[in-house]
Amino acid sequence: MSFSIGTPGPQMGPRGALRRFGEETEGKAFDWRIAARLLAYLRPHWQRMSAAFVLMLLASTLTLAAPYLVKVAIDRYIIQGNAAGLTHIALLTAGVFVGTYFTSSGQQYLLSWVGQRVLATLRSQLFRHLQKLSLSYHDTHIVGVTISRVMNDVAVINQLLSQGLITLIGDTLILGGIIIVMLSMSARLALLTFSVLPLMILATSLFARRARVAFSRTRTRIAAVVGDLAEDIGGMRVIQAFAQEGAAHERFDEVNRANRDANIAAISLSFVFLPSVEFLGMLATGIVLWFGGLSVAQGKLTLGVVVAFLAYVTRFFQPIQELSQLYTTMQAAMAGGERVLELLDTKPEVQDQPNAMEMPPIEGRIELRDVSFSYRGDAPVLHDVNLVIHPGQTVALVGPTGAGKTSIANLIARFYDVTDGAVLIDGIDVRDVTQRSLRRQMGLVPQDPLLFSGTVADNIRFSRPDAPDEAVEEAARLANAHEFIMALPDGYATKVLEGGVNLSMGQRQLICIARAVLAKPRILILDEATSSVDTVTEMLIQDALERLLKGRTAVVIAHRLSTVRHADQIYVVQGGRIAERGTHEELLALGGLYRELYERQFVDV
Amino acid sequence: MRTSESPGPVALRHPGAMRILLRCLSYLRPYWQLTVGAYIALVGIDILALISPQFIRWIVDRGIRGRDIRLLSWSVLTLLGLTLLKGILTLLQGRWTEIASQNVAYDLRNAIHQKLSALSFSYHDRTETGQLLSRSVQDVDRVRFLTGRALIRLIDGTVLLLGTAVMLVWMNPRLALLALGTMPLLAYRALAFSRQYRPLSLAIQQQLAVLTTRLEQNLRGARIVKAFVQEDAEIERFDRENDYWFSLAARVAKLRAFNIPLMNLIANIGTVFVIWYGGLLVVRGQLTLGEMVAFSTYLGQLVSPVRRLGMIVTAIVQALASGERVFEILDAESEVKEAPDAIPLPPVRGHVRFEHVSFSYFGRHRVLEDITFEALPGQVIALLGATGSGKSTIINLIPRFYDPTEGRITIDGYDIRHVTLNSLRAQIGIVLQETTLFAATIRENITFGRPDATEEEIIEATRAAQAHDFIMEMPEGYDTRVGERGVTLSGGQKQRIAIARALLKDPRILILDDATSSVDTETERLIQMALTRLMRGRTSFVIAQRLSTVRAADLILVLDKGRIAARGTHKELLHSSGLYAEIYYRQLRPQEDALARATRRVPSRGGES
Repeated sequence: MSFSIGTPGPQMGPRGALRRFGEETEGKAFDWRIAARLLAYLRPHWQRMSAAFVLMLLASTLTLAAPYLVKVAIDRYIIQGNAAGLTHIALLTAGVFVGTYFTSSGQQYLLSWVGQRVLATLRSQLFRHLQKLSLSYHDTHIVGVTISRVMNDVAVINQLLSQGLITLIGDTLILGGIIIVMLSMSARLALLTFSVLPLMILATSLFARRARVAFSRTRTRIAAVVGDLAEDIGGMRVIQAFAQEGAAHERFDEVNRANRDANIAAISLSFVFLPSVEFLGMLATGIVLWFGGLSVAQGKLTLGVVVAFLAYVTRFFQPIQELSQLYTTMQAAMAGGERVLELLDTKPEVQDQPNAMEMPPIEGRIELRDVSFSYRGDAPVLHDVNLVIHPGQTVALVGPTGAGKTSIANLIARFYDVTDGAVLIDGIDVRDVTQRSLRRQMGLVPQDPLLFSGTVADNIRFSRPDAPDEAVEEAARLANAHEFIMALPDGYATKVLEGGVNLSMGQRQLICIARAVLAKPRILILDEATSSVDTVTEMLIQDALERLLKGRTAVVIAHRLSTVRHADQIYVVQGGRIAERGTHEELLALGGLYRELYERQFVDV
Repeated sequence: MRTSESPGPVALRHPGAMRILLRCLSYLRPYWQLTVGAYIALVGIDILALISPQFIRWIVDRGIRGRDIRLLSWSVLTLLGLTLLKGILTLLQGRWTEIASQNVAYDLRNAIHQKLSALSFSYHDRTETGQLLSRSVQDVDRVRFLTGRALIRLIDGTVLLLGTAVMLVWMNPRLALLALGTMPLLAYRALAFSRQYRPLSLAIQQQLAVLTTRLEQNLRGARIVKAFVQEDAEIERFDRENDYWFSLAARVAKLRAFNIPLMNLIANIGTVFVIWYGGLLVVRGQLTLGEMVAFSTYLGQLVSPVRRLGMIVTAIVQALASGERVFEILDAESEVKEAPDAIPLPPVRGHVRFEHVSFSYFGRHRVLEDITFEALPGQVIALLGATGSGKSTIINLIPRFYDPTEGRITIDGYDIRHVTLNSLRAQIGIVLQETTLFAATIRENITFGRPDATEEEIIEATRAAQAHDFIMEMPEGYDTRVGERGVTLSGGQKQRIAIARALLKDPRILILDDATSSVDTETERLIQMALTRLMRGRTSFVIAQRLSTVRAADLILVLDKGRIAARGTHKELLHSSGLYAEIYYRQLRPQEDALARATRRVPSRGGES
């Protein structure tokens, strides 16, 4: 229970502040460098920010004025019996409230606008940066973690930049203002009231520490719920196939229960804290009433001062609580900011040289000269590889898993840079040309036929967004995909569901081939494109590839030897080295690793 | 249902908000004691809040102005005592409310989980995981808030408002009328605000989901994006969605910024009336100063709950939309339902019959047309055909992952729709190409279908599946964790664990895809051996990719556009089916030739086969 006249300004109440606890992340002390870089995002909006600041000053002043006007009304007019003056002061108070409305509305609007603008800018910037990063980044970072950087961390930063900063300044000002006003009205009563302050600070800091632990626990627990649920949804087919719904449910129940208990514990903590704060507030009110009342009775103080004090006391505790919560918001924003900036600062490992030229139209001669390569300083995966592919040739790379076949393909497309040696295309070192001019002339059919959400046509068109419908259809025909696409419920406009589940593996693969066809690449890289499709589709794919390979240089990675028998040249890769080289017949005659692989493959068991 | 399809603001239907509300509240039933306790505590809190200003009134009138120091001291102490009591009640109320509503969330999430396990494949086919997750997490949270703090605050605000009205009228009816006169206006604004706010905030949530999906797909497809130099197009697409999000966020910012302070203003006008008219009454001697201060105190403690009412109403409206989404899952009808009088399927021999079975997805896309065939116990049925010819659909119908649109399937004479799902599926083993393992130990993954298996049985199964050796090479053998935060297994290793899992289950009926994921030839050989062992003595349905399977099959079904184009054994079909002959000569035969050549060259190796 507390006495108050008018509502406190634009700040959040203790419950609002409590909610912010839920978003803090574990300790990161204030770091000026991070803060300065984050603040720089406000610079383009300095006019709006300045306007918001001025409005905030006005709003704070008006907030402070209301109780003072009440004091004047009581002391000068009501007790003195001056009705005309009372009307006057009432009108003035109304004016103050209207002023508060306009200033706080304007301030809130400007701040939220800037906040959301900065949020959108940061997200766009992060997305752009992610496009620049090389594959090595994507290899080493879990998708979910990167998503959390772009979606969650950015939101926490925004909270500090737009709301937190203003809270800091606004609350400090209001607090200072109240202290001055109270001291000037009655220094003795003010100092007596302030005696509750240490208790308040103690209670808040005690709570803050425990709350940090408790709320951080709720976050890990809900993450466990999400994780378990995601896994079960993903594996639902297996769960049902093995009739394990019961066991799966038991496991879920466990994490679900843990989450519930952590939440109850955390919230219960707040419900100890909030009444304590309220009690301390009442203690201050009691002090004002008792000492103030005594002083009034003794004629040392006017009644208006006591009434005004009651109003100021309420306003006094709010900024203190908010400031102490702000510390947590700031820690969270610092941690989030550090992660976001770290991402923005990540340099792409593969970069265009400053004087990189455009790759001229590729004829198709590929040469790997003494190439060694290792991922991120790990053990080398390629040693001294030498390889020449002539224009128009199809070259197959075969060998056991982990031999380095995919690494060779990755180096040709310059997804990574060689550690030693050079990759030359038409005699030009791939590091001397721009990545886009190089890749624009290459086509990739990945091992895992990855489709995006959108229609079938969107997916084929991915490689050339401006391609007309006819070109898309032609590419699909060449890829032997047209027929099955037309049999789909909506033909080319059929939506591809998440993960492509409404298409079979083979159909996805055919769409990926059509996508590569549409790009009209000079060099084609096929990564075990036929490993996981049924026999008939494999036929369709083989057929399509034959057409696609005609007149193009192609690198085919394959485990299934039947698919590479027609290659002009076969390289057998083992342990990061070229072990054997030759045509199918030559290699069989050689009687080495290739023949061994070949035999094993077709030994009927 | 899918957000990614509709980036625009969503027009919401309003199907019986009351019904949804009641249904949300019905989840409080098991916790009625806590709930009732919380509401009783709430009434206590509100009564204390309504009494306290009367002490202020005495303090001002009798204590301060009447110079009664004794009364002043006692009143201040009583006030402190009342606050302490109120604090204890607040604590109890808060805790009880929280326990009840957290349990509502807990129950809802359990119910969703259970429902999802019960829904057939067609539901999971058309529902995005992200949607299900956000409904189970955020939407359930909003419903929890509704059944807990939101409702408490709504009632708190209402009780306090009515109680205050009574107290104010009792002290001075005319001043009460003036002071409270602004409340209807406040209520009106709060409602108007929430009506505008609801569709916007929904649209924002949807748009955030769209952004996340875009980002996720971009990251997963980083290699493709780079390979086809589509970074700019991707940026453009992301920016378009991002800008749309901003335009929505800016609109919400404006709406909030101009409405919430407006509600404060309306509330404050009441305070002005108290100062002005109340002051006048004091001047005329019709009101004491203490009464005026009490009036002001009453209004003061109303402001926060009433101002919050607007937000509560918004939260409730939001929660109703969330409730609707949650109940949509809970109400989803499984297309595969267990008959009310379903009997457990007794141990079968494995005699499977398809009788004139047709099937279409989502009621439109016809996938199977009049399929009739019979698999005798222990037979191997090979399914051959182009992508999309209906092979996968046929095998999905046997464990009732989907139900046929027409016709019926029997096992040992039992119509599979007349037996319980668990008893049916317990007798069917499945090994598909895309293998799902769970984030658990290898042992847990293998015993997934039979948690009670003994150590010997497990090892026997993994040996047969050619998995024992590589498992033993793992850091902690069978107790090695796989999946998230565990060891990453190769495709071939996963597949062999899946085979072990199926072997351990010892099913009478087996469904498998004999294609091997991208593995090296040695692994492929091991997997083939394991699969052959697995099929022995069971009725098997195989999506056939290899000649060995086809030749060993008792019946080959050649499928074409959802129909059985030809059937028979390998020898029969070679003569009778053009389609089969084509597949054979273009795909299967080269394998055979190669085999023949290989064995001819290295006869010593041939002995292994």
